[in-house]
Amino acid sequence: MSSSVAPDQLAPPPARVPERPAGRNGRRRGRRRGGGHAAAVPRSLAGDAWRDLRRNPLFLISAAIIVVLVAMAAVPGLFTDADPRACDLANSRLPPSGSAWFGYDLQGCDMYARTIHGARASILVGVLTTLGIAVVGSVVGMVAGYHGGRVDALLSRLTDMFFAVPMLLGAIIVLATFPSRVDTPAWQTIGKVVLALGVLGWTTVARLMRSTVIQVKQADYVQAARGLGAGTRRILLRHVLPNALAPVVVYSTIILGVFVVLEATLSFLGIGLQAPVISWGIAISEARSYIRQSPHMLLFPGAFLSVTVLAFIMLGDAVRDAFDPRLR
Amino acid sequence: MGRYVVQRLGQMVPVVIGTTFLIYALVWALPGDPFAAKCGDRPCPQAYVDRMTAEYNLDDPLPLAYLQYMGNLVTGDFGQTFSGASVAGELLQRYPITLQLTVLAIVVEVVIGIAAGVLAGIRRGGFLDNLVLVSTLVVVSIPVFVLGLLAQTFFGVRLGWFPVTSDGTLYSLVLPAIVLGSLSLAFVARLVRANLVENLRTDYVRTAIAKGLTRQRVIGVHALRNSLIPVVTFVGADFGGLLGGAVVVEGIFNIPGVGNMIFRGINAHEGATVTAAVTVLVLVFLIVNLLVDLLYAVIDPRIRHV
Repeated sequence: MSSSVAPDQLAPPPARVPERPAGRNGRRRGRRRGGGHAAAVPRSLAGDAWRDLRRNPLFLISAAIIVVLVAMAAVPGLFTDADPRACDLANSRLPPSGSAWFGYDLQGCDMYARTIHGARASILVGVLTTLGIAVVGSVVGMVAGYHGGRVDALLSRLTDMFFAVPMLLGAIIVLATFPSRVDTPAWQTIGKVVLALGVLGWTTVARLMRSTVIQVKQADYVQAARGLGAGTRRILLRHVLPNALAPVVVYSTIILGVFVVLEATLSFLGIGLQAPVISWGIAISEARSYIRQSPHMLLFPGAFLSVTVLAFIMLGDAVRDAFDPRLR
Repeated sequence: MGRYVVQRLGQMVPVVIGTTFLIYALVWALPGDPFAAKCGDRPCPQAYVDRMTAEYNLDDPLPLAYLQYMGNLVTGDFGQTFSGASVAGELLQRYPITLQLTVLAIVVEVVIGIAAGVLAGIRRGGFLDNLVLVSTLVVVSIPVFVLGLLAQTFFGVRLGWFPVTSDGTLYSLVLPAIVLGSLSLAFVARLVRANLVENLRTDYVRTAIAKGLTRQRVIGVHALRNSLIPVVTFVGADFGGLLGGAVVVEGIFNIPGVGNMIFRGINAHEGATVTAAVTVLVLVFLIVNLLVDLLYAVIDPRIRHV
């Protein structure tokens, strides 16, 4: 994982600007070195990464897919005007046709409408969990890294503890203890899955944050800020955090796809999202017994799920490459 | 080496204690009725509540209850299933099958993963390299349970190459193992490729080539061995993922292992059985990781001097 630091607008670049090759495409990268060209405009790592990303076809494709998915999650009405909950048992398991592109599921609901509406649960769980672990992990890691000493030792051991439980197994424990029922409100069902994944998911962020903060806090500009009389709060928020954020951003984009898979897996197992919520995992779980007769029940939600995961993985790859100064 | 083993063992004790406490607290000590979800869709019979309260010492304060629970775990008492069978006995019957499955999955991921990684790495940017990169990306993005269902239908039902469900033979575990190992296989392949590409540019490889060693020896011995160290770490850390995946795969292929017990326990809302079995898997994971760490010291001579 990259250990690079990004100079923010006020502070000069830290002493150890990572070596960076002259440019992947033979293009000179606009990074100011040690004190050479004073005339060069200082550019943040994020700015550099953004310039890189905009030219990366992998990023453009995955970003386009994600934009469509997010639109699907936010306004499913744009893609379908069929009601995913209007079901007619007479249509049960009918194959795809002109009137229902993806066919019908066991209850005779329109699969196309349900697949479109299923995006919301996946995206919501993925985004909320990622945000949650990014915040919790960053706070824990920053406190541990900045304070050091006994606080660090305590928090690090705590992190080890949570890190030692594999995420799917841990989530199974939490959700098997607090299952949702048909009458549980949707936000509670989703909240439980987010919490179950988040409880064990924050550890890597904490470790990343801690190690970068330990590096950054020794940088000259942090010393300078302290010398000028800045308080701990100001140093952490204005100087340390912006410079230690890059690895967390990279990790978060990668892990988002993992959370989408885990949510679907938990729903498939029957302890993730529950019936009133529409989810690809539930649809696939329902399709299990009818794969031979009605493969469309598995293929469509399965394909949407895979494409979503693929998009987030590609996005994660692209973002990681853009933020990694030692890129080959 | 001896000192390293002791040091690692010492570091593991608080993690084991912390982890088991975490699990215990999650299951029994969070606010809410711990029996809300332990007896299927109806409320628990009072007899069951009384039995579990006594068994898990739920009337005692949390630390005391946890200590007693730990005492039970250490002596091999993992509680009882809802129908009254001993969880430990059940686990004892089932774990060899899960072990076979996961070992087979690790063999699949390591053998095929390393082969694919080497093929991709020695001709960077070539056709094989791109093929491996794209196919691993596809494999990674298809969740295990979708892959399992597809493989079962296609290779089991349509083509008839493999048994559709487990029939107790090792052969019937092959398809589930491939499904289970496929995700990690993709990561191993990418890891080997990336490390090999990096190591092929190092000075010692240039020296080996300059000495006139054959290409096979340079890649196979000099570059590959050094590229394998991260793979060992990955396989150890990934073992937890395999155990989680085993729950799904054993459920789909109806393999009578520990994962299947968890899968069925979830469907029957038998929370206590599920958590007992999962706790065992987590402990197994911790032990395997310790072993991997020790193995790591064997492979990488630099660690022994720490």
